[in-house]
Amino acid sequence: MSADRSQPQRYDVAIVGAGPTGLFAVFELGLLGLNAVLIDTLDKPGGQCSELYPEKPIYDIPSWPVITGQGLTDKLLEQIAPFKADFLLGRRVNGMTRQEDGRFLIGTDAGDTVDAGAIFIAAGAGCFTPRRPKLEGLEAFENRSVFYAVRSRAAFAGRDLVIAGGGDSALDWTLDLVSTARSVTLVHRSDRFRAAPASVSAMRALEAEGRVRFVEGDLAALHGAAGDLSRIDIRTKGGTVELPADRLLAFYGLNIELGPIAEWGLDLADGKLVRVDTEKFQTSTPGIFAIGDINHYPGKLKLILSGFHEAALASHAAFKVVRPNEKLRFQYTTSSSELQQRLNVAPIAEAAE
Amino acid sequence: MSETGAKIVVIDRAGERHVLETVEGWRVMEILRDQNTGIEGICGGSCDCATCHVIVDPAWADRLPAPRDEELDKLDELPLIEKTSRLSCQIIWSDALDGLTVTIPEAA
Repeated sequence: MSADRSQPQRYDVAIVGAGPTGLFAVFELGLLGLNAVLIDTLDKPGGQCSELYPEKPIYDIPSWPVITGQGLTDKLLEQIAPFKADFLLGRRVNGMTRQEDGRFLIGTDAGDTVDAGAIFIAAGAGCFTPRRPKLEGLEAFENRSVFYAVRSRAAFAGRDLVIAGGGDSALDWTLDLVSTARSVTLVHRSDRFRAAPASVSAMRALEAEGRVRFVEGDLAALHGAAGDLSRIDIRTKGGTVELPADRLLAFYGLNIELGPIAEWGLDLADGKLVRVDTEKFQTSTPGIFAIGDINHYPGKLKLILSGFHEAALASHAAFKVVRPNEKLRFQYTTSSSELQQRLNVAPIAEAAE
Repeated sequence: MSETGAKIVVIDRAGERHVLETVEGWRVMEILRDQNTGIEGICGGSCDCATCHVIVDPAWADRLPAPRDEELDKLDELPLIEKTSRLSCQIIWSDALDGLTVTIPEAA
């Protein structure tokens, strides 16, 4: 589903954020004959619904007396399937520029460039980013000796690796990298882990064999030069433990922040919400719309159903931006053969009115 | 807000002390969010995001209902916590907590 990255892919609308509001915007745009690409920092669609509370029941989605976060995501994906949107997942948008013809170019941290006639910011509470430990001089080590995800096992081959955290990521990578790294030390503040019990048992077995060291404590300081880590100090109940180490993998869950959109020159509320009007849900920059939890207007309610409503109105407004010379025909899915064809629910032969 | 006048004491990220109104039955996260203390509560109180992390004054820690496993697990994700760290969405305000003092730590 992902696009060729060598040159800008053209879309009617680029949607930043693949949570429920962004997904439903694909549907509303699709009914109007507009195509879309969804860009999200997470590696799966669904946003908070899939990342934070996939199993939690939601009770205030119209016509669903109860549905889980993941259930809602799955149903939305099913509903928008006819429109074949492209997904750029695991990528964070960064730059946005306006071209001479009024269209936008959006870049991502993975090097994609998207060319879009309009932009929908449907970024929820912002983008998920790894929580970073508060350690002096951390920045110099990041992406060189300190990582928050494993992109390539080769980066840890033959290294003295410290893994910090007590959840599934920390335990899974401890088990995975034990045969790749020269040494693996797991650091967690207590011997109470929240990872799958089987992973904890496997780690304990490796510890008993002397292949993994477990240190109960918190990261206290990083030492090294020019971004190359040489030692990590761990604060433990028994005092500071000095670990020789040249790689650190820290798994402290995810934080949410507005991210690079804050630099797009849009009018913001409280520095973290994007101001819009309530006719088009357009931002202070014409052609850029904001829908769902990320926007702010008088009377705003942060509800998924508000995002759906906003997606519909923004889509109609975007049509006029993307197709300035065409007339928007307002139609219902119950009666329009054109919409039914777009939805792939009516064979063309039977669709004649 | 509270008819009984019970108050919560909050030390914000700038180190400033505020004595705030409360509402019986509200989550402490909601009381803090409603009065713009810098607490976000992104997940809305479902114990999923840890953006409502507070440090309870040690004198009060034992007077609160103990955290459930779900809360301990979420707290455990944070890079830095204190012995009396709590997620304020998991503390329901009652006027018996009049004078409860919490510090909002720097965001993780």
